[in-house]
Amino acid sequence: MDGAAPPSLLPQRFVAWFATRGWAAREHQLAMVGKARGGRHALLIAPTGGGKTLAGFLPSLIELAERPPANGPRGIHTLYISPLKALAVDVERNLMTPIREMGLDIVAESRTGDTGVSRKQRQKVRPPDILLTTPEQLALLCAWEGARGLFEDLRCVVLDEIHTLWPTKRGDLLALDLARLQTLAPNLRRVGLSATVDDPDLIREWMGLGEGDVDLVLGPPGPRPVVETLVSEGRVPWAGHTAEHAMAEVYQIIKRHRTTLVFVNTRFQAEFAFQELWKLNDDSLPIALHHGSLAAEQRRRVEAAMARGELKAVVCTSTLDLGIDWGDVDLVIQLAAPKGAARMVQRIGRANHRLDEPSKAIFVPANRFEMLECQAAIEAIAENSLDTEAPRTGALDVLAQHVMGCACSEPFDLVALYDEVRTAGPYRELSWEDYESVVDFVSTGGYALKTYDRFRRIVKGADGLWSARNADTVRRHRMNVGAIVSPATLNVRIAMRGNKGGRKIGEVEEGYLEVLDPGDTFIFAGQVWRLVGVTGVDVLVSPAPGANPKMPSWGGSKFAISTFLAAKVRRMMSDESAWQVLPTDVREWLEAQRDRSVIPGPDEMLLETFPRGKRHYMVVYPFDGRHAHTTLAMLLTRRLDRLGIGPLGFVCNDYAMAIWALKPMDGVDLADLFDEDMLGDDLEAWMDESFMMKRSFKACALISGLIERRMPGAEKSGRQVTFSTDLIYDVLRRHQPDHLLLRCARADAATMVIDVARVGRLLARVKGHIRHAALDHLSPFAVPMFMEIGRERAPGGAADMMLAEAAEDLIAEAMS
Amino acid sequence: MTYSVKRLDFDSMQLSQARHPEQGADAPVSKDAPPHGFTTAPCGGVATAINGTEVILKTSGAVHVPAEGALLVADLHFEKGSAYAVRGQLLPPYDTRETLTRLERAVAACAPRLLVFLGDSFHDGRAEDRLAADDAARLAALASGRTLVWVVGNHDADGPRALPGEIIDEMTLQTLVLRHEPRPGVQPGEVAGHLHPAARIAGRGGRVRRRCFVTDGSRIVVPAFGAYAGGLNVKDPAFGPLFAGRPMAAALGTDRVHAIGWKSLVGD
Repeated sequence: MDGAAPPSLLPQRFVAWFATRGWAAREHQLAMVGKARGGRHALLIAPTGGGKTLAGFLPSLIELAERPPANGPRGIHTLYISPLKALAVDVERNLMTPIREMGLDIVAESRTGDTGVSRKQRQKVRPPDILLTTPEQLALLCAWEGARGLFEDLRCVVLDEIHTLWPTKRGDLLALDLARLQTLAPNLRRVGLSATVDDPDLIREWMGLGEGDVDLVLGPPGPRPVVETLVSEGRVPWAGHTAEHAMAEVYQIIKRHRTTLVFVNTRFQAEFAFQELWKLNDDSLPIALHHGSLAAEQRRRVEAAMARGELKAVVCTSTLDLGIDWGDVDLVIQLAAPKGAARMVQRIGRANHRLDEPSKAIFVPANRFEMLECQAAIEAIAENSLDTEAPRTGALDVLAQHVMGCACSEPFDLVALYDEVRTAGPYRELSWEDYESVVDFVSTGGYALKTYDRFRRIVKGADGLWSARNADTVRRHRMNVGAIVSPATLNVRIAMRGNKGGRKIGEVEEGYLEVLDPGDTFIFAGQVWRLVGVTGVDVLVSPAPGANPKMPSWGGSKFAISTFLAAKVRRMMSDESAWQVLPTDVREWLEAQRDRSVIPGPDEMLLETFPRGKRHYMVVYPFDGRHAHTTLAMLLTRRLDRLGIGPLGFVCNDYAMAIWALKPMDGVDLADLFDEDMLGDDLEAWMDESFMMKRSFKACALISGLIERRMPGAEKSGRQVTFSTDLIYDVLRRHQPDHLLLRCARADAATMVIDVARVGRLLARVKGHIRHAALDHLSPFAVPMFMEIGRERAPGGAADMMLAEAAEDLIAEAMS
Repeated sequence: MTYSVKRLDFDSMQLSQARHPEQGADAPVSKDAPPHGFTTAPCGGVATAINGTEVILKTSGAVHVPAEGALLVADLHFEKGSAYAVRGQLLPPYDTRETLTRLERAVAACAPRLLVFLGDSFHDGRAEDRLAADDAARLAALASGRTLVWVVGNHDADGPRALPGEIIDEMTLQTLVLRHEPRPGVQPGEVAGHLHPAARIAGRGGRVRRRCFVTDGSRIVVPAFGAYAGGLNVKDPAFGPLFAGRPMAAALGTDRVHAIGWKSLVGD
């Protein structure tokens, strides 16, 4: 921070406006004005409620208020990018207040997927001074042939909630478009607005053009949140993910507060918790439900009721992690463990959007291991130490989309575009070879077999510049812009006579209903329905009030526990003095584990072997998250199979994995079994055949433009696309295994789905630190694992890809 | 979540157990067995009878008629990849050679005197012009030393122009009638393609979808052979008018064909 900025930074009109509101400009707001006057890029880190958005816009409002009248039409002055379209619209509304009250001659407008065609057209002809939009809309504008005229007067781009965007493919796309904007408007200033993060330098590197060119501005930290764990004395369950045991207490807590946000990790948990609360709701409290499967109108209604202060509680998933400020929320409840400290801080920040009052949150662990995890999260939040991210390397499928977009906008020079792309943070290290192969891919598909020269999508002109082949190519590209690939969804509709679909009540991902047959009842949108049937893209249902719903039960959370929290849990577990804060039954459980098996040291990984029934078990406790465990278990069973142990099955959760086999595993050379070389051929062989590679490949194929989201004139359902990309994958893998898109898909699968890097770190960490306990019976720690064995049905393509993946592979094996 | 690594007991799927043809073709396969049987054939695939003629349903998706030394394949869809490329989607251009490789392998395994393409051999009317020279040569080579018959379909109504072989609308073979598009109602002996049948099976561990034959012992719909040919679920209403009773699906596994009862099949 620069200390108190001189008052002259603010024009009189602005000082007076702050005064009429009874405010003074905050220090960080003035600091941002100072950075703008100095022509510096800046990243502002401040908690929610700190006037962060105004800090981002204040310099632009001042510049616009001071600029001389135009003698001709001008382009956009300030571009605001938000990860959510609802946020863009909300910020537009909030921005109107100072503009109107100061009587400024500034036009600010939003542009999202919902904006009408005529308004969009007009915005291209007569652009507003401030345009508020999303990364996808920006990509579309950048691919427009009038992009240069629209953006050449651009002075400032404000990137809101940048901490959620930068480490994603959407972030890659945004970084590339920033580079484009900077070329069109060299004096452009970049402004990032972020919640508290562990390492701001990662974002500074991401959003800058080069080394150290983004200044850091820190807002006031705000009071520490008050976070507690709900200690249900004597009743913390051994296993499970729903926190069913605590619902009555949660209801009482909701009753005592003004407005509560109840966060859960999956849609299933949301439906379940909502149903349970509703059963207890003798006082008819206005409690609502909000998750990504609900129809958009229904979500909007909940949000509006919330904004009006009419709701006592909302049960929600990550759909409400971000978004519009609701001043009335005074409590956040997290049902089941938070899985990551940074996400939790974001969620807690949704309570009390006022700087002077601490946010209040209560964790409700769903089982005993989660009790440890919640304690670890509370400590992390108190120490303000959050999960760290790795620097971002930009994805090549996104680059392919961007290159096509550039060609659609105006002809480009191959070398100039390479230089431009490398000013984008995630692409700074991009090699010429990779860049060339991306351009070749965009042009001809990048195949070793050169048969598509006459079908090039971009062509090199006589002037040496590359441009899109024709208007049709351009049109098709514009229909496929974006880096969000959502799973194929089905509409849930109320069944009408003649098996026709009536009112739509929401959308579900393909896998959601996999375990249900017609006639089964289930909970959706907070009500019980009977499945009538599926026709095309519609799921037909009829109301079944009062019926006992069958629950498609999907594991725990869609998030795996973060590396950082996992390390804290391991430390806490090994330190007996830390057990004092835990409820009696959890403490007794730890003590029983100590007495009957082993509590591993902080650097050790516990591995238990014991017989049970006719089988032999190996239970391993790496605490490294479900994805990494599943990958590891897959690889271990391959090895055990080769050793003749006869593995029969395995089960994983966030904390441990259990493998069972025909023969005992006590005598196996553990150092050898867990050797890091398993990440070589075994992994590759397993991965290439796997369902999740096909899934990743489909996403890369869509983003890169190899296949289209929706082919003009030929509507395809998501399912058919799934099927044909699998065929394409199989053929490409056999004929050109090093093709660009296969490289992309492998990289994505390794990082996002199966967490290969984390398995690698796990194996390195436990090398020489495996603590083997050969037992003659089940240990207390192993009990939760055993409660999960066979209790849940594998979920097809549902919430957890990984699990579906395993199932698919195994069926394939059984069929062959 | 629990997985089985091996010995997956598949509640809802009946795999036809390996039985030698000598053991007889009439043993029921499963609790909802159709009125006909499958047996494993010595050279891979399962043996069954269609309208009284013995056929072998091959893992490749081809039908072998041993008595005639004939091999039948449907819906090759050559040059589907390049058909997309023409319209701006540059799908990998390897589908034709992939299909040809599979076809050559199937032909080598049975050494048929008669090779019949059951229609939609080319993805579109111009596909033949887009064939790479070496692919065209491989295709022509398949006609040497045997009779090649192109039954024409809706995608390739005129048949090939430059490639060898006879072009016909339909033909009979023993008690079989070979045509591209199955006709509604009772059609004893009909062997057809066109519909690209695919079976979807739900088991305890999840679901799997595979190309399949579908037959009631009187007629049969053959799976698409082409590398890029998609599949239509056999539960689709399009199959309804073809079978009076419940047919049986025979799904293409990695190296086996699996007979699957109608009850075990699920829609998409």
